[in-house]
Amino acid sequence: MFVLKKLKSGLSKTRGNLLKKVKELVGLHPKLDQKFLEKLEEILLSADIGVEGTSKIISGIKEKSKKEDIGGSEKIVELLKDNMNSIFEDSYKYDASEDLSTTPWVQMIVGVNGTGKTTTIGKLAKKYLDDKKKVLVAACDTFRAAAGEQLEIWAKRVGADMVRSQLGQDPASVAFDAVKAAISRKVDVLIADTAGRLHTKSNLMEELKKIKRVLEKCLSGAPHEILLVIDATTGQNALSQAKFFNDALGVSGIVLAKLDGTAKGGIVVAIASELKIPVKWVGVGEDVSDLEKFDSKSFVEALLE
Amino acid sequence: MFEQLTERFETLFKKLKGLGKLTESNIQDALKDVRRTLLEADVNYKVVKNFTENVKKKALGEKVLSSITPGQQFIKIVHDELTSLLGAESQEVKFSSSPPTIWMLVGLQGSGKTTACGKLAKYFRKKGKRPLLVAADIKRPAAVQQLIILGRNLNIPVFSDSKKLWQNPEKICEQAKKKATDDDFDLLIIDTAGRLHIDKDLMDKLQSVKKKIKPHEVILVADAMTGQDAVNIASSFENEVGLDGIFLTKMDGDARGGAALSIKAVCGKPIKFIGVGENLDALELFYPDRMASRILGMGDVVSLVEKAQETISLEEAQKLEKKLREQRYTLKDFYDQLQQIKKMGSLDSILGMIPNLGTKALKGLSFDEKDLTKVEAMINSMTKKEKERPEIIDGSRRRRIAQGSGTSAQDVNKLLKQFSMMQKMVKKLNRPDLKSLGKGLFTS
Repeated sequence: MFVLKKLKSGLSKTRGNLLKKVKELVGLHPKLDQKFLEKLEEILLSADIGVEGTSKIISGIKEKSKKEDIGGSEKIVELLKDNMNSIFEDSYKYDASEDLSTTPWVQMIVGVNGTGKTTTIGKLAKKYLDDKKKVLVAACDTFRAAAGEQLEIWAKRVGADMVRSQLGQDPASVAFDAVKAAISRKVDVLIADTAGRLHTKSNLMEELKKIKRVLEKCLSGAPHEILLVIDATTGQNALSQAKFFNDALGVSGIVLAKLDGTAKGGIVVAIASELKIPVKWVGVGEDVSDLEKFDSKSFVEALLE
Repeated sequence: MFEQLTERFETLFKKLKGLGKLTESNIQDALKDVRRTLLEADVNYKVVKNFTENVKKKALGEKVLSSITPGQQFIKIVHDELTSLLGAESQEVKFSSSPPTIWMLVGLQGSGKTTACGKLAKYFRKKGKRPLLVAADIKRPAAVQQLIILGRNLNIPVFSDSKKLWQNPEKICEQAKKKATDDDFDLLIIDTAGRLHIDKDLMDKLQSVKKKIKPHEVILVADAMTGQDAVNIASSFENEVGLDGIFLTKMDGDARGGAALSIKAVCGKPIKFIGVGENLDALELFYPDRMASRILGMGDVVSLVEKAQETISLEEAQKLEKKLREQRYTLKDFYDQLQQIKKMGSLDSILGMIPNLGTKALKGLSFDEKDLTKVEAMINSMTKKEKERPEIIDGSRRRRIAQGSGTSAQDVNKLLKQFSMMQKMVKKLNRPDLKSLGKGLFTS
């Protein structure tokens, strides 16, 4: 279940900003007119909702006000909620349940440098371990210095098994070993860490494709999930990241990391508005348990309540 | 970097070039485009507002000069405003007169502090400094290990709390300072733990380290892809810790770089360095005027020439010129040239500096460094004779070259064809057309 309270405290900065700003605006502009909407646009843009997402919301409000008399600006919070919800509904139907019946269930974690992939893996492993699953993590980041050590510390902390690697080793070969190990050890969930890479580096994206191909070859149906980890402080570039990774690999879900630190989180709306990839998890703190399933309705509630 | 911003401005200016004169109304439209462009590039909306207001004021106040079109004039105003926003001139890096000079790198998690430490150490060792890296991030798992590995690769010493004597960043830094003075290191680069700018406790801790160690520069390491929150991050670090400069990382992606504008505008501190790649030598000094030109699609010839001068000796250049003139240009020379280009940095970054190459023209080309490796391997698999007279390469030689270089006969064919095209061009030319040169060589 999506724990609203946790997300709320994680989002407190965002909410404080967005809701506070909107309420202040309502105080200053009781009338819902052009001027009000212009100011509202600024507030939404400053929350990283993006030009497209913002204009969708603003035009949604405009249309509604044409059709019926919605009165002054005091109802704006409701209107914002409705419009954001409809963006999420238009974008994707998201089924929060995960089918882990196939074992090993293989997950591949990808993303640009420094978004929080390894930390996310630690948290994910904890979740599965709590559900009494047997978890194996694979250190397919063989590029960055000490990436393997970092993953190992996480694995030890949560009590997951790990397939190690050498710096500079072909990551696909690590993936190969990991799947073999997962099958022979009868593991429920295999999570493969990969090296951070900028989505514009075509050779590095090829490397990822190779890892995926190897996984597929070793175990038909794998990888069952490819999660893209995006840093919540990222601006509109997150869209570009999602697009490139999706084109290369077919991303099945997004993890929005570090949502607790940012005053924003609006990028979620931008992603929903422009791409059809569901956000599946949000990272809301530094603790190992600070990872929540994402649910758009609760998210909008948390954002504007 | 900045390609998308550049591209936007290009279309925008194309529209403007056709204008007869600048009026309030056509400026209004152009400004709207500028505004949207900057907002989409993640520039903070307050910064955008000030920017467009300033441009408008200047554009309307300015007398139209007869020598240039109103469109050009508007572009110049935007360029000047952008330059002044980025910081009017470049900031020289200062060193303390009583060494060691101490730099402390701070920033959010995952902004790239540890890598930045390695890059700075490498860069300034090349400039004759003796750097000591300090691993004061004892929070993130394996962060110390990461810095130690970087140091080992660079052959630069790393000071760390390996025996777990102090377990406290403040004490580690103090000890490192002592070591630097004792062992004659003149540059101390401190890696700190990443922290969120809203985490009061951790920000206070950073402040107390700063008070104790008294670094000459506190450098904020910021991710170029940061969104609207960049202003809050920069102002928090500025207010709570106090900054002296910015290191902008991950500039080699397609980030539109709006964060650069926002951070500069909000904390007023200069951007000093930019990270442009994963390798430890992918560091550049930041020049505001050049960057403004680059954003507006005007290229950056100064940097290009500097880079070339740094890597290619005059002698080598003269030798090559002579060969070109005498039409004795062989695959061997081609290979040497490739090596020189590689020394200058990534192809993308070099091409980005060439003016008027047009982002559109470049877009279709994917500059895969791997292709170059292939070309190198193929040339390396040729005999001396084949390199000098590629026309002797027949089917059997081609198979041997392909086998030796791990490529296919088609690859070898492609290379030979491109080389012969190039030779033809060299014959015609005494005026290299970089655009078609690039196209012929690196596309398939």
